[in-house]
Amino acid sequence: MSLQVELEHQRNVLIVRLRGELDHHTADVVRIRMEEAILKSTVEHVILSMKDLIFMDSSGLGVILGRYKQLKAKGGVMAVCDVNKSVYRLLELSGLFKILAVHDNERAALTSLEVVS
Amino acid sequence: MNETRAANTMRVTFSARSENEAFARITVAAFITHLDPTLDELNDLKTVVSEAVTNAIIHGYDNDPSRFVTIEASIEDETLHLIVSDEGNGIEDLELARSPLYTSKPELERSGMGFTIMENFMDRFEVTSEPGRGTRIEMSKRIESKKALFN
Repeated sequence: MSLQVELEHQRNVLIVRLRGELDHHTADVVRIRMEEAILKSTVEHVILSMKDLIFMDSSGLGVILGRYKQLKAKGGVMAVCDVNKSVYRLLELSGLFKILAVHDNERAALTSLEVVS
Repeated sequence: MNETRAANTMRVTFSARSENEAFARITVAAFITHLDPTLDELNDLKTVVSEAVTNAIIHGYDNDPSRFVTIEASIEDETLHLIVSDEGNGIEDLELARSPLYTSKPELERSGMGFTIMENFMDRFEVTSEPGRGTRIEMSKRIESKKALFN
């Protein structure tokens, strides 16, 4: 498989590290793993860490949007960090920055979420 | 240099399987290597190929792996021409399909951004489709080689 999903829980925040290529073929894995994790009562907010995400297309946007809706229903917020230039363009073009906060790295994203909660 | 050079072309046909999306992206990227594209240009092209092929698989063929997607590419001077075609369902309302965020399959968590991305990332974008006969996407983009940037 060309995409790895690593999940880490830090208090009420779920950190999702995506490594590899996120397209239609690999989107299901991301959806299933994240959906299940967000269902847990301890998870309030999500950080999508994209440092090692080397490719993403609109299938990735669909998955992110789907998880955002799931999280919003629970009252949580979603942030992204370590976004490379081409992924940044896609998020910008699709208007997702209106609903996602963007941070330089996981530490900055975590700090901002601690202020929220 | 020699202006009358014939275009360099390639054509690849593959099963409409999602695992071939990566294959399609890499194939087109490899084909244009000698134009010495920048990383950004390569990434844009990979995204565009991925969008077109994914559309063919999901919307053209409803994920039927026995069907085929074809990519034709040609390089003319510094311009890449791409055609991605299927012989699947076709699109009833092209204008609706092209509007940002519209998707005919919301249940599949599609973002509805495929056409918008292709239009934005390429210099030329054209889609023709006939319900029941298939869809053909024609695009082109001039590749500004890294060498050109230094001059």
